Order: sequence, then C-alpha cells, then structure tokens
Amino acid sequence: MAFNYGQFVSGGVGKQLATTLGLPRPTKLRRHKLGASLVPGEVLVAGHGDAPVAERVRHLLSEAGVKVATSPSTSVAGVVLDLTAIETPADLETLRGVVGPALKTLAPTGRVIVIGRPPESATSVAQAAARRAVEGIVRSIGKEMRGGGTANTVLVAEGADAGVDATVRFLLSGRSAYVSAQVFHVAKPVADIAAPADWDLPLAGKVAVVTGAVRGIGAAIADTLARDGATIIAVDVPQAGGPLAEVANRLGGTALQLDVTAEDAGAKIVEHAKARHGGFDIVVHNAGITRDKLLANTEADRWDSVLQVNLLSILRMNEALIPAINDGGHIVNVSSIAGIAGNRGQTNYAASKAGVIGMTQSLAADKTVVKKGITVNAVAPGFIETEMTAKVPFATREVGRLMNSLSQGGQPVDVAETIGFFAWDANRGVTGNVVRVCGQMLMGA
Amino acid sequence: MTTASPRRAAILGGNRIPFARQFGPYAKASNQDMFTAALEGLVARYGLAGERLGEVVGGAVIKHSRDFNLTREAVLGSSLAPETTAFDVQQACGTGLENAILVSNKIKLGQIESGIAGGVDTASDAPIMVTEKLRQKLLKINRAKSTVDMAKVALEIRPGDFGVETPANTEPRTGLSMGEHMAITAKKWGITREAQDELAALSHQNLAAAYDRGFFDDLMTSYLGLAKDQNLRPDSTVEKLAKLKPVFGKGEGATMTAGNSTPLTDGASAVLLGSEEWAAAHNIPVQAYFVDGEVAAVDYVHGDEGLLMAPAYAVPRLLARQGLSLQDFDYYEIHEAFASTVLSTMKAWEDEEFCTQRLGLEKPLGSIDRSKLNVNGSSLAAGHPFAATGGRIVASLAKMLHEKGPGSRGLISICAAGGQGVVAILEGA
Repeated sequence: MAFNYGQFVSGGVGKQLATTLGLPRPTKLRRHKLGASLVPGEVLVAGHGDAPVAERVRHLLSEAGVKVATSPSTSVAGVVLDLTAIETPADLETLRGVVGPALKTLAPTGRVIVIGRPPESATSVAQAAARRAVEGIVRSIGKEMRGGGTANTVLVAEGADAGVDATVRFLLSGRSAYVSAQVFHVAKPVADIAAPADWDLPLAGKVAVVTGAVRGIGAAIADTLARDGATIIAVDVPQAGGPLAEVANRLGGTALQLDVTAEDAGAKIVEHAKARHGGFDIVVHNAGITRDKLLANTEADRWDSVLQVNLLSILRMNEALIPAINDGGHIVNVSSIAGIAGNRGQTNYAASKAGVIGMTQSLAADKTVVKKGITVNAVAPGFIETEMTAKVPFATREVGRLMNSLSQGGQPVDVAETIGFFAWDANRGVTGNVVRVCGQMLMGA
Repeated sequence: MTTASPRRAAILGGNRIPFARQFGPYAKASNQDMFTAALEGLVARYGLAGERLGEVVGGAVIKHSRDFNLTREAVLGSSLAPETTAFDVQQACGTGLENAILVSNKIKLGQIESGIAGGVDTASDAPIMVTEKLRQKLLKINRAKSTVDMAKVALEIRPGDFGVETPANTEPRTGLSMGEHMAITAKKWGITREAQDELAALSHQNLAAAYDRGFFDDLMTSYLGLAKDQNLRPDSTVEKLAKLKPVFGKGEGATMTAGNSTPLTDGASAVLLGSEEWAAAHNIPVQAYFVDGEVAAVDYVHGDEGLLMAPAYAVPRLLARQGLSLQDFDYYEIHEAFASTVLSTMKAWEDEEFCTQRLGLEKPLGSIDRSKLNVNGSSLAAGHPFAATGGRIVASLAKMLHEKGPGSRGLISICAAGGQGVVAILEGA
C-alpha cells in the first residue's frame, strides 16, 4: 500500500512526530450523513445594515431545526454574514467585528459563509471596491481556518435573494466538506425554485444520466445521486460493461454501454432514457481520459483523443440532450483544476477541461437553455483520492494532497456532493458557475 | 372444448459475456460465476435489480455434481429478487434454445409474465472424475460399517485403479468424437474443404464487422478483462485457413480443420422474455416474438443418419406447422458447430432424394439466400460454449429482426450431441 501522509500523522509515532515538528495534521472532515442535522451546533447569523438576506437565513435555519446564535462570543459551528448592504470598504469593519472573534471559538469543521452582491452591479466605485474585497477576505479566512473548516463567498444578484437558500444549506452541510474559498454566484432562477419534500432526498423522482460511471469519481456521482433519490442511467464504454452492470445493479438503475465519442451517443442516451424512464432531468458529463505528455512530445492522436472524449463529445451529445431533457433540468460538467491552473504534461487535458468551463458558461446563458429552465454548471476537482491519483509518483502525490487549506486530498464523494447540489430543483439560481472541489488548493487560486 | 389462441411471448433483449477459448481468461471461472455475470449484465441493462421474474431457466452441458442447482444458485448470487424461481435443463448444445422454448411456452400459456432463458458452459473448469473401478471401491468404503471393513476394501484398490477422466466430446454409443461423426457426414454430402473454409472466413469477417458497428454494445458485458470474443480473428481469410491441417476424418478426403470447426470455449448467455403486458409495464420495448420451436432426433447409432443432421428434420416439421416455406425468412441462424454442419444441412434441404425419402416431402425445401445466413457471424468465429450458444443466437437474431422491422422473420437451427436438433422461428416487432 502506498504511503499516505494524512494517515501516518493521524496516530502513533507519526502523530508524535508531526506534533513535535509542527507539521500539519489533517482533520477528519464532516461529510453528509443521512438523517444528520444540517450543521452540528448553533450558527451565528449577522449582517451589515438592514441585512435582507440574513433574515432569510435565520428562517431557513429554524426550518432546518438549527439554533441561531446572535453573539460572536458563543462557540458556534458556523457563521453566516450578510454583507449585501455594504456601501464602502469602511463597512467591512462589520465582518472583522463578527467573524474575527467567532474564528477563535469556531467548532471543528466549522463554516464561514459571507453573502454579498456582485461587484459588477455596484452603483458606485467605492461599493464595487467593497464588494470585491469580500472575496479576498474570505479566501484569506479559508487559509487561516484550522480543524477542517471552510470559508466561502456567495454573491447574490439584486432581486435574486430567494435563490440563496440552496447554497447556504449546501455550504453549512457536510455535502460541502472539501469546498473552500469558492465564490458562488446566485442569479434570478431560470425556473421556479422547488424545495424538496424531504431534504434527505433532494433528487427524489429525478432521472440522472451519469457518463463514465464505472470508475472513481463517476461511480461516486452515481452512488450519491442515487442516495439522494435519483434513478441512475449509468453510462460507460462497452469495454467496461461488467463493472458498469455492478454499478447499475447496486443502485437499481439501468446500464447503457456506449462510447461518448460516437456520433449517435446523445441520441442513444435520449432513446434509452425516454423508452426506459420516460425522460431525464439531470445529465452529468463526467467521462474523461488523460494522455499526459509534455506538449513538445504530444502526438496528434494523444491530443485529439483527449479533446474528443473530454470536450467535443459533450458538445456533440448536448445537441441531442438539450432538446430532450425535461424542462427545469440540470446539466453538470466535470472540469478540473488543471483547466484553471494548467498542469505540466497536461496541455491536452487542460485544453479540454478549460474548454469545459467556457462551454458551461456559454451554455448557461444560451436562450434555449434558459427558456427550458435548465441550469448548467461545472465542478473542478482538485486532488481527489482515486485509483488515478494513487498511481501518481509519491512526492507529487503528497504535494497534491497537502498543498491545500484542509491538508488532505478530497474523496470522490466530495465532488459528487457538489454535482448533486447543482442538480437540486431547489437550486435554480445557480447557473454558469464553476465550483472547485479542492479544499482551497494553492494552485491556480 | 374451445382452445383460446395463446398470447405472444416477446423477446426483450439479451446479454452474454464474451466467449473465451478453453484455458483462456475464464480458466478459473466456474459455470456459476459466468452465468451470474451474464445475468447481472442483463439485469443492469433492463433495470431489473430487485425484480421477481417468473422463471430463470439455465443449464450447462459440462457440469460439476455440486452444481445440482446451478441456475438457482446463480439467481441467488444475482441482483434479481431471491424469490425468482429457477431450474436447469441439459440438452447438449440445444440447451439454450430449448430453454427459450420452455420460457416462451410458459409465457404464452399465461403461467409466467417474464423469464430468462440462458445457458453456460466451461471447457476449462471441468469436473474431474476418477476411474469407474476406483469410484465403485470408494463408494464401498463409504458404505463400510467398521474401520476393519473399510481397511479391507481399501486394500482392494490397485494401482491400475488410479487415473482421472474429464468429460469427453465423445458419443457414448459410438465412441466417436463429434468431429469424427461430422467428418462422415461431410464426406457423404461431398462438402469440400474450400466451401468450409469460405464459410469459416466469412463467419470471422461478419462477426468482426458486427463489433465494428457496435452491434454488440447492448448484447454483451465485458467479463474478466475480456470485451470481445477471444476466438475472433478479424483478418481471417480463406488463404490462411487453407494452410491448416485436417484434424477430423482420415487420409485424402479429410477436410475438417481447427479453422473450420468450433474450438472448445467458455461463456454464458441469457435472454429476457416476457408477455407484452409485462414489457409495457416495465417500459421495455419488444424486439421480437418467439413464434415457435421444434426438436427432432435422428438414429445415428443404428440408422445411417449423421449425428448432427437432426435440424434438417426439425425445420420442415416447424415450417409445415407454421405454413411457411424455407425461403420465407429474412435471416437464417444455423449454428456453426462445424462449417460442414451448416453446409451439409443446406445441401440436404436442396436434395430431392433426402427431402422426399427421409423427410417425406413432395419436393426439396430448396436453397436459402446465403447473404441472409449468419450475417453477424456465428460459432466458428464467436466460439461455442455449448449451452450458451442458443442464448447468443436468440438475442442477436431478435435485435436483427427488430432493426429489420415488424413482421420480419428469422430461423434458428442448432444441432446437438445425441443426434438431436433444436430449431425455432422468431418474428421481428
């Protein structure tokens, strides 16, 4: 078995050594459990000025059975701060005054959520400066936090406050365990926001197509969406038919063997989904490959196959999928940190994964897509513990694992949880977003 | 008494694992492992996890004594509801198709709403038997009442009693292997080496083309790292096959080689059948209907008929019952036990003497359009795990007929050891 720093320092000699030398010791993250409370403790809710969103959050928390704390001196499991009403950088004092003291007593795996407005829609230069400052503060808080805590920013457009609930719920919950220092953009919903009857089954009654469902992150996506109530259409190449059957049968879904790069792949998915399930609500474009080489040594076929599987196939499939997906559906693409920060030996992969971001943002704004009430988002995983990363050479792997604010690699389920969140009907104000699931990796921030 | 016309039995889909050559990737897989894998792929394709089906009928030709409940055990190891009943059938190479007849009959009669027909065989994980002499003595020891008696019998065991036997591809009543039997028939019908090699090469080319166009994407699930039939040689040609030495038959006239005979193979297949109501309720499109089946046997021991010629008798009986001629089909699936089996059967149907005297017909059945024969390859290329072949053919033909369109027809012919033959007619939906 490969050496794992995180496990080494979690007990015995490793723990002593790490403590003596002051080395980082990763905290076991709080992950979503069926029936567990949204957040394990009270949540401090505060705001600047009339703080219109804070009121929504208090209401949401009381509905979820979470106690709202009002004083920064109390030990809390999370802090939600509404800065939507700030006018100038001077108003940021509210944040220092509330979050600063709270950080001293914040429980392990605590949450800091700062809600603001997009700088682009500011009415004055001073306001734009103040609004943009929020992101910088929160990213710094993420780096200061210990004990598996995370800090994220939520920017809500004017008049879109109702859409904030889903994001706040997600960020407080264990579903966002490995998501830190991200900026969530909440706009006017593309379709009616529909809260689930049961928050433990936010995808009940939905049909979800997951490509590349056999291995690592894909299997976790299928498992997680099924756990949340969705019926799964598990898609993978015919060569992986045996393991694909295992995934489908485990989840009570159906298996569809096809090569995503085939001309008729999208049509085949639509045909299967309509015939067998009466349609589909969620598509997760997860299938992807790597063919790493330095650009100088990359042959045309290595270049092309990665672009074909990771990007062109999605563009082609979407031509069939978008007209067929149920109105109010959700498309989620899997990008990568390499698509944001770039990676040595991965020009082809980075091209495809950065392309996915461009595609996501453009498609989210597409008239047909908006008219159908479909959200389109992307996740960009950082270092995730999979078979693929287990093969990375030791030193590179440990650097990958530790070079983030949570001092550990993420689990496939962490990526899957963010994808699940994008697929909620309660979450129709978030579209065109690219969220990194990377524990605030130092790379490409 | 009035007899209501029974309802139709629909073929909804199928699944098999790629066939592997003996002692290949499945060398250590048991029949139960392979059949469970075939079932699991089918269950996944049609979303049947947790579902109680009316029946699963499977079986194997080569079986361990421990596998007395092979199919039921495979069901229990699958994702189907444990309340799904199952049983085994053993009719040599006809097992798989016979099982499809059984399941479709039960559906037609309204006894079940859904079922799986399949089969499995391993030529690798074969049971090993001790010599008959040793077996009798060991049983005697087992019966002994005292240690002294046991010791007495044990002393009776002679060095010559030791030795192991594995199931042989030999007819018990003639002592001839199936290939040797076929060589006699091939010679009788004057089947040339060239014709056999041509058929074999075409089988490989057709199967390879079917893979290339993704025909098997929804008919197969990979198993133990194998995603295609291991025996397939896409670059097979008549010229290459012509270089092989004959292995069956003797001397000058020997024509049968390893290239135009099926190799020993491991594999499993399963076909999902159901009533139209059940299919509709489960949102599973109907691919084809199982119209009818017929089984014939010939006297190859004392009579002068060839061991593998029974389908030549079964088909005309089935055609007569259905009021069809041999030419009324869009596809013909004649199992390629040997290339010469297919060629002898077709030649017999064209032969006036055979058709009038042996089949009792007024005139020959005639010839079939060779461009409709085994168009996606058959056993010479895919391999032939005995009991799994029927399921392979039924599932593939049902898909072909579905693509062809409603009302299209296909004929299946499978020869079996013991001088039997199982045949069936499918109709496209």
